[in-house]
Order: sequence, then structure tokens, then C-alpha cells
Amino acid sequence: MANDAEIRLRDRLSKLSGLDLLRGARLSGELERLKRQLDRIEADPTDEEIWSKVELARHEERPYTLDYVERLFEDWFELHGDRGRGDDAALVAGIGKLEGRTVALVGHQKGRDIKERSNRNFGMAYPEGYRKAMRVMEIAERHGFPLATLVDTPGAYPGVAAEQHGQGGAIARSQAVMARLKVPTVACIIGEGGSGGAVAIALADTVLMQENAIYSVISPEGCAAILWRDAGERQKAAAAFKPDAAHCLELGVIDGIVPEPVGGAHESHDEAARLLGAALADAFDELENVPQAELRARRRQKFRAMGVLA
Amino acid sequence: MVEASRIDVSIEHKHAPEPPPKKHPNTCPTCGSHFRDDELDAALRVCTHCGHHFPVKARKRIEQLADRGSFVEEAADLRSADPLDFFDLRAYKERLAEAEIATGLGDAMVIGSATIEEQPCELAVMDFSFMGGSMGSVTGEKFARACESAAAAGMPLVTISASGGARMQEGILALMQLPKTVCAVEELHESGCALLSVMAHPTTGGLLASFASLGDVLLAEPGALMSFAGPRVVAQTTREKLPDDFGLAESNLRFGHVDAIVRRPELRPTLARLLRLFGES
Repeated sequence: MANDAEIRLRDRLSKLSGLDLLRGARLSGELERLKRQLDRIEADPTDEEIWSKVELARHEERPYTLDYVERLFEDWFELHGDRGRGDDAALVAGIGKLEGRTVALVGHQKGRDIKERSNRNFGMAYPEGYRKAMRVMEIAERHGFPLATLVDTPGAYPGVAAEQHGQGGAIARSQAVMARLKVPTVACIIGEGGSGGAVAIALADTVLMQENAIYSVISPEGCAAILWRDAGERQKAAAAFKPDAAHCLELGVIDGIVPEPVGGAHESHDEAARLLGAALADAFDELENVPQAELRARRRQKFRAMGVLA
Repeated sequence: MVEASRIDVSIEHKHAPEPPPKKHPNTCPTCGSHFRDDELDAALRVCTHCGHHFPVKARKRIEQLADRGSFVEEAADLRSADPLDFFDLRAYKERLAEAEIATGLGDAMVIGSATIEEQPCELAVMDFSFMGGSMGSVTGEKFARACESAAAAGMPLVTISASGGARMQEGILALMQLPKTVCAVEELHESGCALLSVMAHPTTGGLLASFASLGDVLLAEPGALMSFAGPRVVAQTTREKLPDDFGLAESNLRFGHVDAIVRRPELRPTLARLLRLFGES
């Protein structure tokens, strides 16, 4: 067993240090801190460390999509409505200039105070939200804008109306639209990457994850309730399914980790935005070199290969 | 062995009251009629008194649908790994081994080529009795291979879903089977082949949020639960009173999410008709 663990660790380390994003010139000033991060990752995250990631990913003061938009995008114009049923404030979409190029953006949006939280439905989108996302993805496709998505949701909303409006189908079709796009796409998990509601907008050429974000098939509480028959066992559940960025990278689910300010993104929204902006720009630069015809095939190939067989 | 008349997605607690004892699997949950195995099989596992559709295991389903002797299984040797060393109350490896012994299947999906009323097609059939039909790496891989076989042979793919959703024990990799199967469907569609998706009870969670919803034609069995979130999760999250037909096939038809509800005796002729229609292209 010890040998197994050691091999896994070495493997993870080599993946991390071989990562273009982390080595990129834009991030060279971060090298010192990255080295410290690497040291930390070298030791397999303990159960407590995994749980602290869950808490950081859900931190009340963590920057949300519009906090990043405000700091990174010029001439931002938000687009509203799915052209069918309504406008879902839990998922924002629009276009703006990111480092000089027009980029379409789709992202979940949580609320800051009680009123906004309920308006934004805690970042849990209805099918209307995913249909708005698809509409904006199609604008990107039509005009050749790269697409960025920011994922931050506990999950798609589980409600009667959401089901009646076709929640499952909307999530499936949103992924299908992303699988069809010919423009470069970059997704970043910036907080909670909760299940289907998250992956609906994360079928991208490059999938990044912030250092303290989580990405998981079910919430720790939901998993604990079903498998342990006790929602209180959420820490055990989180430790078992390992939703942290290092493990997602090890499993080949994400392509890179975006560093956060010391202590977490909530410590400095400006610094978190600078680091995220640099990572997005790097990822788009890299994708620009891929011939357009190859982009989509490569994206599908990447997801086709996901999973581990005996 | 998982054998539920309604999928169990409850948020339960340690001190919750014991659920009522489970009835015999051959006792109709709707009208209480009891059947011998051979009686039920002869009736395609549909209650002859009230029309309730009992669950059908994957091999039985293939027997019901495919022309006798036409089914050639593919990728039967694929088995799940345990990338997370997952351990809840029991080890994932143990659950897998137990499911394989109980069902005789390597995973929750069986794929292969067949003919239905002499129309060639690829079949991908799920089995709810293998860990609740949950979708893990092997299920996703088998589905992708079924798409590739269908595309290579230029024939439609027929899927029969019966699944609670993604397999939690494979963590994030189970979630990644959603985009994986979606990409496979896109490739299938681009090769000009049709996807006919039949949803049996239950088709919920990750299945409904991936390939099952992407068929050119979506069919459902009567009374099948088809919802992204299960009824108990919805009731507990929203404290709403759920409509009696919440998430059922009939409600999905009313809201425009499926093309037709097909009773089991009509499923084979219906699929054959669709295969003839799509086969022309």
C-alpha cells in the first residue's frame, strides 16, 4: 500500500510540475508560492484538509462570477433571458473584452446578502438558466468569440417547476452545445462544482480549477445521507470522494490549477481576479495555436478518454 | 441486491423510522397481484391485472426486443476499477463483486448488435439490479463503444435506460461520464446515425442529464420516474407539495419532454417501425 501511495504521489508531482499553466511566464512571479503549494500537495491531503477546501469553496466572502467580471472584463454587456420562458439570475451570461479580445462568458452567480441570495437562488439554476447559457454559446459560435465559463453552483435547482421545465434535458443539451462549438472554450471551477448543474457548462477545451474549489458528483451532505444514511457524516463522505483540485488533476478531470491568494480567494478579490485573469488568458493563448478544425475533435477525445477501467 | 419499485433517493437519518418491509419482487406494488416467475415473464413482466410495468433485467430485455439469436454482445469483459479506494459503510470493490455475483453482469450496461424485426441496430441496455443501474466509468465506456459500433456499421443505436444516475463510489469520474456520453452521442449523430432512447423506470439524475435525453426520439415506459432530482430530494429541499404524478413519464409527456409513452408489448414493434423510418437515411 505504501508503495502504491508513493507512486501516486510522484505521478501527481510530475504532472503538476510539468503543467504549462503553472510554469507560464505570466505566473512566474508566483513561483515561490507555487513551490510551497507543491510541497503541500506532496503530502496527500488529509481528510481535514479536504474538508477545509469544501469550507473555503463555500466561503461567504469568496468572489463570485460578477466579482471577476467587474475586475477582468472591459465593456461588459450582460445578456438576459432564454427567449422562451424567463431570465434566471442564478446563471449570468454576457460578452466583454478580456485582455483586448471579445469573449463570451457564462457563469453561475450566488448572492451576497439574504435578498440577493434568494434572488439568485443560491446559484442553483433552473432550465431557463441553461437555455440562456446555450443561447450565448451560440452567439459565441456565430461570431467566433472564445467562450469562458465560470462554475460555482451547489447543483442545478431540485424543484417541481424546474423538473416540469425540463432540468435534465436542459443540462444534457447544454453539454451537447459545448461539444459542438468550434470556438475555443475554457471553463474554470471557481467555488462549488456541484454535479450535473456544474458540468452543464464545463465541457470545455481547457478545464481549470481554483486551488480551493471543489468539483464533485454529489454534495458531501447528499453522499453522506445516501451512503452513510446520515447527513452528519459529510466530512467522511468528502474524504471518500475527494472533490479537491489536486485529486481532480490527478484523475485527469481538469487540466490545471489556478492559484489563489494566501488563505483563499476571499482574502483579496483583486489578487484572486488577477490570478484567474492570467490563467484564462494563458489558456486562450494556448488554444489559439490549435488549428480550428482540430479543436473540437481534441475536446471530444479528451472527454472520451475519461474514466478508469480495471 | 437492489430491487426497488421506486428509486430510493431519500435523505435519511440514523433515527428515521424503519421503511415498511419490502414486498416480494413478483408482487404488484399497484394492485397486489402475485405472479410466478414464468407467468410474469410470459407477460413481458407487465401485471396482467392493472398494467403495472415490473423492472426488466438487461438480458431479459434483450430477449424481449431482439430477434431470437441475433444479439452479439460486445465489451462484456470490461470491469470497473476503484480509483478512489472508495469506502463508505463497505468497500466499493466488495459492492462490485457482490453485484456481479447477484446479476451475472460485469456492470450496469450490456451492449451489442442485434436485429429487431430484421432491422439491424446496436443495443445498449441498462440493468437497475446492478448497483441501481448507476453510471460509472465502465457504463460510460460501454455506451461510447456502442455509439462507435453503431456509427461504424451505419445503424441506429437503441438505448434502454434504467438508472438512478451517476455512481457516487467513482466520485468525479462518474460525473465525467456525462460529458463523455454526450460527446459520444454528438459523434454518432455526425456520422448520420439515429439514437432512439427508451426510458424505463427509473431514469433519473445523471442519465436524464446526459445521453438519455439526447435521443432523436425519446420513448418512455408507463409510470417510469424520469426526473433530474428525485421526489424526496425535491420535497425536502423545497418543502413544496409534489404533484401526484411528479416526474413520471405521463407528466413528462404533458410537459413536452418525451415523444411517446409506449406500453411494453408495443415496444418491439414501435422500435422496429422507427428503425425502418430512420434506416432509410
